[in-house]
Formats: sequence, C-alpha cells, structure tokens
Amino acid sequence: MRALFAIVLAAGLSLAAGAARAHPHVWITATSELLYAPDGSITGVRHAWTFDDMFSAYAVQGLEAKTKGAYTREELGPLAQTNVESLKEYAYFTFARADGKKERFQEPVDYYLDYKDAVLTLHFTLPLKSPVRSRQLVLEVFDRSFFIDFQMAKDNPVRLVGAPAGCQMKLDRPSDGSATAQKLNEQTFLNGENSNFGLMFANKITVDCP
Amino acid sequence: MTDRLQSPLARGLLACAAVVAVLVVADAALHDIFAQNPFGAPRPAPSAEPEAGGVIGWLLAKQSEFYRQMSSTIRAAKSDGSAVWTLLAISFAYGIFHAAGPGHGKAVIASYLVANRETARRGIALSFASALMQSLVAILIVGVSAWLLNATAKTMCKAEGAIEIASYALIALFGLRLVWVKGGSFIRALQAVQPVPALAGVPHHHHGHDQHDHAHHHHEAHDHHGHDHGHHDHGHGHGHHHHGHDHVHDEHCGHSHGPAPSELAGPGGWRRGLAAILTVGIRPCSGAILVLVFALAQGLFWAGIAATFLMGLGTAITVAAIAIIAVSARDVARRLSAGRDGGGALFMRGIEFGAAGLVLLFGTGLLLGYIAAERTTCF
Repeated sequence: MRALFAIVLAAGLSLAAGAARAHPHVWITATSELLYAPDGSITGVRHAWTFDDMFSAYAVQGLEAKTKGAYTREELGPLAQTNVESLKEYAYFTFARADGKKERFQEPVDYYLDYKDAVLTLHFTLPLKSPVRSRQLVLEVFDRSFFIDFQMAKDNPVRLVGAPAGCQMKLDRPSDGSATAQKLNEQTFLNGENSNFGLMFANKITVDCP
Repeated sequence: MTDRLQSPLARGLLACAAVVAVLVVADAALHDIFAQNPFGAPRPAPSAEPEAGGVIGWLLAKQSEFYRQMSSTIRAAKSDGSAVWTLLAISFAYGIFHAAGPGHGKAVIASYLVANRETARRGIALSFASALMQSLVAILIVGVSAWLLNATAKTMCKAEGAIEIASYALIALFGLRLVWVKGGSFIRALQAVQPVPALAGVPHHHHGHDQHDHAHHHHEAHDHHGHDHGHHDHGHGHGHHHHGHDHVHDEHCGHSHGPAPSELAGPGGWRRGLAAILTVGIRPCSGAILVLVFALAQGLFWAGIAATFLMGLGTAITVAAIAIIAVSARDVARRLSAGRDGGGALFMRGIEFGAAGLVLLFGTGLLLGYIAAERTTCF
C-alpha cells in the first residue's frame, strides 16, 4: 500500500514539474493607472496592455479591415469584447490588497483595442467592487500559470490619478532583487493561495498614503 | 502461504515505485544536463536570476529567449533570405528545450514503452513519428483554417480546444486499454505465485477448457510482450511445478517467446505503435500555431512550416532521449528480477501494470483538468 502511495506521489510530482516547466507564449507590456476619487479613496485600475507582435498577428488573423493592415477601434470591437470576457476567468491578472485585505474587481468598463505598429494594445478599466481608503495598497499584475509574461513599461509604468498629496508609489519588477526578498516574505507569511509559481514573475505596485 | 503472496506483491509494487521514481529523476536529470551545457553556454550564476528558481528558471528563460527571437527572425527573413537559416536553428533549439511541454507526450511515450515492453529503437521511432505528427497537425490547422478559410483566431482557438479534449480522451482510452491488458497479466502473475490447493482436484476436462480459454487470452497479450529469455527459463521450471494445481498460472510467460524483432518492425508492430503516435501527436503545440500564423501574416508561410518541422525535430530528440532512459531502466529492472524465483515475473508484470496505470492517470488528469497542460491561445 505504501508502495502504491509512492507511485501516485511520484506521478503527481512529475506532473507538477511538467506544468511548472511551461513558458510564456504571450508577452504583455503594461502601464497602469490607479484611479482615485476626490475623497482619497481608490476606485479602480486602468490598464493598457500592449501585446507582442506574434500574439498580435495571431489575434487579428481573419479580421475584416477596410484598409489592409490597419484596424480601427470599431473593427477591433468584437475582439476587445472577447478579450475582456476571457480575462474574467483569470481575474484580469490583477490582484489588489488594501491594508492587507483582499479587494475584488467588477467587470471591466471602457474597453477597446488599438492597433499600431503591428501590435495590439488593450485598454480597460477595472472598477473596484467597493472604493476603499487605505494606508497601503498593493497591486499585483501577473499570470499564475506564466502563460503570459507581464512586464511593466519602461517609462511611466504606473500613474496615480487624483491621489491625495503625499502618496508614495513603489514598483517592484520581477527582475528586481529587492522584489524577490519581498515575495519570499509574503510567501512565508501569507496563506497558500499566493505561494505559486507565477508569483515569481509578479509586478508589485505598492502605494503608501499618509 | 500469506508470506509467499505478500512478499512478491510488495516487491512488485516497490519495483513499480522504483521505476517511476527513476523515470522522474531521469527526466529531471536530463533537463539538468541540457540546462547546464546547451551548446557549451555557461550556466548563469544563481544570483543572476534568483526569482526564477535555478535550473527551471534558466530553462524558462532559454525557451522564452529562443521563442521570442522567432518573430524578429521571421520579420528579418522578409528582406533577408539568409535569416531563414537562423530561424531554423532557433526553432530546432527551441524544440529541444520545449519538449517538456505539449500534451505531456514525453511522459505518455515513456510510460507506454515501459508498459508494452518496447525496444529502445521503437521508442526512438515513436518519439520521432509523434513529433512529426504534432508538427503536421499544427500546419494542417493553420493551413486549413487561417490560410484557406481565413478564419479568425477565435475559430482556430475552438478547433484547438476540440482537438485538445480529443487528445486527452485518447490518452485516457489508450491508458485504459493498457491497464486492461497489463492488469490481466499482472493478476495472472499474482495467481501464479499464489498456490491454490483448492483447485488441485479439478477434473482434467475442466483443465482443458481453462487452458483453451487461457490460450486465447494469451494470444491477445502475446504481441505486447518483448523477448524475455530470463522468464522463459524460469517459467518452464515453474510451469511444471504448478501444472497440477492451477492453470491460471503464468503460462504465457513460460511459453511466450515474445514477438521476434522482425515481427516488431512489421506492419503489425506499426499498427500497435500507430495508436501511441496518434495519441501523443494529435495535440499541436501552441507555440507552433502562433509561429505559423505570424509567418502567414508576414507572407512567409513556408518559413513557418519549415520552422515547425525543425521544432518537431528538436522535440523528438529530447523525447527519444527520455524514451531510451525509460527503456534502459526497465531492462535493468528486468535483469535484476530475472534470477528470482516466483517473484521475477510478478515483478515485471507489476512494473508494466504500473506504467499502464500512469498513462491512464495522465489521460484522465488532463481530461478533467487536474493537470495543468499548456494553455491554448484562446484569449
């Protein structure tokens, strides 16, 4: 019986290892805006995600366009719709915590796709279920299965829109050594749901307000 | 009596566990080898990429690197024909690194080879054939849906999803059949080592009937059995000993000479292998589909097709290497068990049964979504 258990265990391990060896097929360069209400509470996040050229070519395959190789916002409308609908399953790859408490998002609004220089950019706003005032807000953008590799843009990756004076923003990129230390802490002290492979590649935005 | 039953059973199960463990370790070791010395490139210090976690992180980075270079190389090939050669080299390297991914074909092939007592040569052939099929399916999907029908990504995605589910179901069915066949021989081997005194007085004509029935069964299982001299000898001696008691005995083990090598290479052998090729090869790699569609969009579909075949070749080499390791591990186990009395046959039947179960486990796991496979590009 113990041997049988060992078989099952070994099989499970090999499967887990196999899954972990997946690698990204889609690359997204992201910029994010944190939206604040006049009272200083955060109401939502506005993302602009630019896909890599390979995925962009795949996504526009077969779409009708008046001028070849140029797609208007209207022509890309149905695709944008599909995108945001599919993103729901993955919780929009966006995870927020206000003072350590997990916050939920509503369905995206104001979404559209742009096609420029042969790449697609998906714009959408994620309103928080309930706007929240917090001393510290942590926003993470990542794909836990690492099928998509998220990278925050080089220039102006995060903007605070209408944030109270004195708020400090800090971005930890996955390639940053300091980010690793942070993540290890989190993995050690938080519950299991965050201790997964994709977290290694998370972009972590931290906003501290007085 | 109970001792005699239990100890071979325990030994058999333990052997299963051992072989599975060897497979897993060999798999990981192989990745380490590839990771440490791919074309002489130095392995970056762990501090360079601490967040990605050592070897796996490095592998991921390498795969991503090759994969990302593909799009720029295809673009370059539009104006500069010589870039196609670079594209082919990158695709080949990517295939070698990526073999861990699509459809877990590698694991299914290795388990199948162990369960079915296949030779290393057939393992290599199977690896190459299934990789070739995988490439062909990807080219067919993109060729028909995108190139001929100008379908959208959404449609292609649905086709991919349907094929994916079909492939998982096939793996499960394939595993079920293996478990059925291998479970039968395992149980017969079990009964062989367990004396059944109650059957001692069974009249002779009844015997004959049993034997007939058994022989029939035996034939079915027959072509799944490799050449096995160790068992042959042992089986004979044992066979006489047990003759009076029961006929559920490992008769086919004693008298089976296994298919001759010529038989294995013959059409019958290939028909058997075809099921494995189909099962593993039907699911295309998402990466190949993306590359093909991108090449098509650049007006260089043929370059995408060539790249897909080179990816398949790279994948085949890695899978073949793993297949050889799996077959060698099993052969070592067989040699070790050959000299043992009674338990030897059970030992090997147990390993085969375990490997068959593994195929079934893979199939159902993938089908029910317990195993995270490579995601399709629906998005």
